[in-house]
Amino acid sequence: MRPAVIWRAAGLAVLLAVVALVPLGNNVVVTQVGVLVLLYVGATVAWNIFSGFTGYISLGAAVFFGVGVYTVALITKHLNLTGGVVFALYPLGGLVAAAVAVPFGLIALRVRRHTFVVVTIAVFFIFQLMASNFSWTGGAIGIIPPYLNWNAATVWNPFYYTALLIAVVAIVLAWGIWGSRFGLQLRAIRDDEDRARGLGVKTMRVKLTAFVISGFIIGTLGGLYFYYQADALPQYAFNPFFDLTIALMAFLGGFGTLTGPIVGALLLEPYLGWAQQAVSNTYAAEVVLGALFLIVIIFLPRGILPTVGEKLTAARASRQRRAAERAAGPPPGSPVGATPAGSAAGGAS
Amino acid sequence: MTALLRTEGVSKAFGGVQALSDCSIEVEQGSIAGLIGPNGSGKTTLFNMITGYGRVDSGDVYLNDTKITGLAPDKVFALGIGRTFQLTRVFSRLTVMENMIVAAHHQERSGQAGRLRNPFARAGGAATRQRAMELLEFTGIAKLAGDRAETLSYGQRKLLELSYVLIADPEIILLDEPAGGVNPTLIGTITERIRELNRQGTTFLIVEHNMEFVMGLCDRVTVLDYGNAVVSGPPDVIRNDRRVLDAYLGTAEEDDDSSAA
Repeated sequence: MRPAVIWRAAGLAVLLAVVALVPLGNNVVVTQVGVLVLLYVGATVAWNIFSGFTGYISLGAAVFFGVGVYTVALITKHLNLTGGVVFALYPLGGLVAAAVAVPFGLIALRVRRHTFVVVTIAVFFIFQLMASNFSWTGGAIGIIPPYLNWNAATVWNPFYYTALLIAVVAIVLAWGIWGSRFGLQLRAIRDDEDRARGLGVKTMRVKLTAFVISGFIIGTLGGLYFYYQADALPQYAFNPFFDLTIALMAFLGGFGTLTGPIVGALLLEPYLGWAQQAVSNTYAAEVVLGALFLIVIIFLPRGILPTVGEKLTAARASRQRRAAERAAGPPPGSPVGATPAGSAAGGAS
Repeated sequence: MTALLRTEGVSKAFGGVQALSDCSIEVEQGSIAGLIGPNGSGKTTLFNMITGYGRVDSGDVYLNDTKITGLAPDKVFALGIGRTFQLTRVFSRLTVMENMIVAAHHQERSGQAGRLRNPFARAGGAATRQRAMELLEFTGIAKLAGDRAETLSYGQRKLLELSYVLIADPEIILLDEPAGGVNPTLIGTITERIRELNRQGTTFLIVEHNMEFVMGLCDRVTVLDYGNAVVSGPPDVIRNDRRVLDAYLGTAEEDDDSSAA
């Protein structure tokens, strides 16, 4: 095993241990916010598996999320399910979302870049309109789950651990895909799709597979969200801010990297949770979100981790150069100085 | 001699510009064929039509007498036609080795047919990596295997393109200006490598403006002008052909032959 892998695994294990202990603090609010944080970690990592790796920026992830919400909502409503069994339904939300991802992808993935973004937004609005206008979705009133008689003190714990499980699955999946042949093909598509095709990569199949995997995870999280929120409403299940938020989280941490989306979600979601509580005007948080998006795109286009990683590598290189100069005296044009700074940085940080 | 690659009356227009008109060329098995012509004569367009990067308006492309007209680039590549681009196209954020592995996809797959593959297995088995290293040594960029492709110089990228095309073991390789913008030493290396591969049985079709390079390397040269293959023959014949001089230097007004106006 390469040292980088061991470090990463060790880091994750420590983080996981800390995160797993949070509900034991018996602070209901902390646990409740924690559910959302983990949900966004999972969703951002899943989004990144498709959008980050391939460079196709999707603003239609809320389609999968909403489909997950409504799938679980409709099942529980019609079967009148209560209790722990509902947790077993979340993957069904993922499966239906994955099924939606196939035609969605076959249409949207025919176009690239800006056109792709616009198509994903269009599909998103189609789904939101369907949710508000069909009678079987409950229209604007939505769907409310059967009453759950759970202990108020610990009600969020199962949600917390389920969200944690899904987030971990998403992270492990992303790391596994990154170095695999499939992952290389996705990243080759991001660099030059036509060239990848000319080297035998079946680009449509590869893109669609990543799109479906991403949709499955986000749909599963949607299922979780239904019981967490205890209703399925068109504007929350199919929420444009969900798309913007996870895209911003990925860009903030490091678009297309492995750890970046996790960092982005861990930083941003607590802030958004706090802002919504602290600021009475809910739009203020959204304005700040938009401003933050602009700041990140302009000043940190590659995200925190790649930028910091590059700075560190450059600093290390210049330190080494200075040390070498001191050791070797001052011969002009020392070849040590030719070390390309940053060549190793910004990769899989 | 049989034609490995053949185009028959290929035409292609972009808007009102007729990039190719009724263009027919043949590349013999085991040869190094050259394709020359002034800028805009349709050389790269012909490459695109052969390798599936565009649709022909009319005409057909044959590989080993099998019609391959209109096949997608991945299929054309799988059939054994490799290709490099005039402006190099490598995967800049992948390492040199990863670039190689992307191209080795087809080989790995067929090698493991019938076995269940672990989707999380690190890309590029030991055999693939070894083969990739051999090829990188062959082209002289093995020491760069772990570097990101974006850090490579233009000439090194040309060599990387050649390397990753080679890993798929194509029957014929289409090179679009392999010597363009490359220093003379590297041109020498490239020439040598092409000769060596050709001795091992790889056929080449080369577009190039460097006349010395083309005339020294190719068995047969075809001249394109206004999207049409005007003449084809051994380098000696082509060098002195009137139509070639016309196509390259414009009509010979200073000559005694004043029919050209």
